[in-house]
Amino acid sequence: MPTYVNPDKCDGCKALDKPACAYICPNDLMVLDTALGKAFNQEPDQCWECYSCVKTCPQSAIAMRGYSDVMPLGASLTPLRGTESIMWTVQYRDKRVKRFKFPIRTTPWGTIDPFAGMPDPDISRIKDPHLAGEDVWLGVDRLPVAEGMVS
Amino acid sequence: MNAPEVEVVETDLLILGGGMAGCGAAYEAGYWGRARGLRTTIVEKAAVERSGAVAMGLSAINCYMGMRWGENQPEDFVRYVRQDLMGLCREDLVYDIARHVDASVHQFEEWGLPIFKNEDGRYKREGRWQIMIHGESYKPIVAEAAKGAIGPENVYERIFVSHVLKDPGTGRASGAIGFSVRENKIFVFKARAVISSAGGATGVFRPHAVGEGLGRIWYAPWNTGSAYSLMIKAGATMTQMEHRLVVTRFKDGYGPVGMWFLLFKGKVKNAYGELYEETQAAALDEFPPYGAARPIPTPLRNHQMLRDQAQGRGPHYMRTDEALQARTAGLDPKAIREIESDAWEDFLDMTMSQALLWASNNIDPAVDPSELVLTEPYLMGSHSSATGAWVSGPEDLSPPDYFWGYNRMTTVPGLFAAGDGVGGSAHKFSSGSYAEGRLAAKGAIAYITDNPDRPRVDDEQVQGIVQELFQPYRVFEENQGASTSAAVNPNYFDPKQGLLRLQKVMDEYVAGLSAKYITNEPTLQRGLQLLGLFKEDMGQVAARDRHELLRCWELWDRIWCAEAHARHILFRKETRWPGYYYRGDYPKLDDENWKVFVNSRYDAQTGEWALATEPHHSIVP
Repeated sequence: MPTYVNPDKCDGCKALDKPACAYICPNDLMVLDTALGKAFNQEPDQCWECYSCVKTCPQSAIAMRGYSDVMPLGASLTPLRGTESIMWTVQYRDKRVKRFKFPIRTTPWGTIDPFAGMPDPDISRIKDPHLAGEDVWLGVDRLPVAEGMVS
Repeated sequence: MNAPEVEVVETDLLILGGGMAGCGAAYEAGYWGRARGLRTTIVEKAAVERSGAVAMGLSAINCYMGMRWGENQPEDFVRYVRQDLMGLCREDLVYDIARHVDASVHQFEEWGLPIFKNEDGRYKREGRWQIMIHGESYKPIVAEAAKGAIGPENVYERIFVSHVLKDPGTGRASGAIGFSVRENKIFVFKARAVISSAGGATGVFRPHAVGEGLGRIWYAPWNTGSAYSLMIKAGATMTQMEHRLVVTRFKDGYGPVGMWFLLFKGKVKNAYGELYEETQAAALDEFPPYGAARPIPTPLRNHQMLRDQAQGRGPHYMRTDEALQARTAGLDPKAIREIESDAWEDFLDMTMSQALLWASNNIDPAVDPSELVLTEPYLMGSHSSATGAWVSGPEDLSPPDYFWGYNRMTTVPGLFAAGDGVGGSAHKFSSGSYAEGRLAAKGAIAYITDNPDRPRVDDEQVQGIVQELFQPYRVFEENQGASTSAAVNPNYFDPKQGLLRLQKVMDEYVAGLSAKYITNEPTLQRGLQLLGLFKEDMGQVAARDRHELLRCWELWDRIWCAEAHARHILFRKETRWPGYYYRGDYPKLDDENWKVFVNSRYDAQTGEWALATEPHHSIVP
């Protein structure tokens, strides 16, 4: 189900320095049509339907249409991603509708302090098997070593 | 095409690929690098926030020991992995992942990844090694920590790296070169150590859907095998390149089956309501001693299903209907709703198209069963397969011939590997790949500490690669006048047709889907002949724009993977992993002669491949 862009909603992310969909697509598919000022999927048969562009589009202009060589027509799957949770609306071909909501993150975005609570690195430990902060994070007293090694 | 600008970036540690392994490497290098004022740089062809195989999200972390609750110990994991891989894994590497992985998962939770919990506070398990997560934002969370660890100014995005650079005198890795996918620019990174943490290979084989659905495969289509091609071209010794992954998944959407098997206790039945593990029980007897192992190794489960299909008993269905009805019997509507929600989240966190497929086929999993299918083959080192570089293990665990100074260093000095790029170290999945990136980074910082001098970057080699990188543009510009059609030209072809040509050869000659995963020596020889012609023709692949240039170089990644895969399969004269592939001329598993690793090295000077075996050492009784 490759992405397609609703021309009535897409504004080419004029307010941003680059279109959000083109920034995020892991497969370099979403590009701006400079003449139209709107985005499109330049290689639909390489779309994995990862929804990265759909979730990030500030105008909710991007949707999926099931692969035309695989999927029966008429269903849709639409996310609404907030900062703490995501809501999915599933509409069946026969018009049944299901809605689901799942948490996505328990902390505010941008607040990770990667080495919080960890001691400064001690370069004399660079060749021992412990990784950074494992004294704190491993949860057991001792890093396991293989017993009864055969070599 | 104007001459590109060339930007030179000087760094200390260079990380190629910002997926889970690359983010783990950045995290660890950021910590230890501070002690020495070392700069770490990560290069990614997309945006780290949503790159690599976890870009879309995950509904489970499939590698977690739970040592703090006494749930599993590393040696338990080694025994499981060894059995699932039909006897062959680098036990030192697998043990090393297992003893470290929990710490990383605990940090993910601290950073904000929601993990399902039981009432007693323990992580909710889907299976013995798997825990359930609300993983829609798994990658963005991990990426945020990685960027914070090395500084966002050291993250270079939308750059496709094509070659590792080596000091011409010492052979030590000295950096990498690549081109921008956004502007007319080439980047030369100079470094004192390099980590290859790029992805495994999809798109090497023809998938089930070949039209608009060509990209709906199980593993990420942007994983083009850079991890392997970069190291092969640099002359690193590779191992188990004959290994591959073929998985059973929900048909056409490739949604995960793990939760259905492990948590919901779902059964797979054939069209006649029979359990294929019962109808095909005898198929396991053909592959002793692994056929007697429980759980049944992944390739042998495939083997049983293939047998059942060959006997006309398909399609095979995951009986979601029976599983959900049994699980919800007698429960109140709220509890039923929670179970339904868990079932859908499994797809909505990580394979949304499977949810759309249910909706478009009017499938209610509580009422209707869903078809399963076996995928086309993938080359990867992080799942139930162990393709990748032959690397040093950790000093305190590894037998002498598996250790050469620095954990996760390849046979090229200063070149390290992690994630899909490391061979012999399977079942690490997202969390273990992250942990392995950390191990590689610590090894690399130790290497830089011992070898502080800066290796040389050969300007002549750089100039040669710069010319080579933009060759597909020149092919197009110089030949476009030979035809009134941009698509059909006597002097060039486009990378999409090249991809389909590669997939056709691999499918037909190297045990793909249409060959029912079967090949033999004459078939492989013919396949290698066709691959040789294709490599010659790649001088005529054309790019009209930067996007197509990216696709040309991704195609080269896949070709290198394909050739290594075919050569290794030819070398291993047995059928080690029935259900992944069959050597029709050597249909039996042969522990006496082939319980060994197959290693290869490509010599860029001569263009020759050298293959040999390496002994398998067991460290866990």
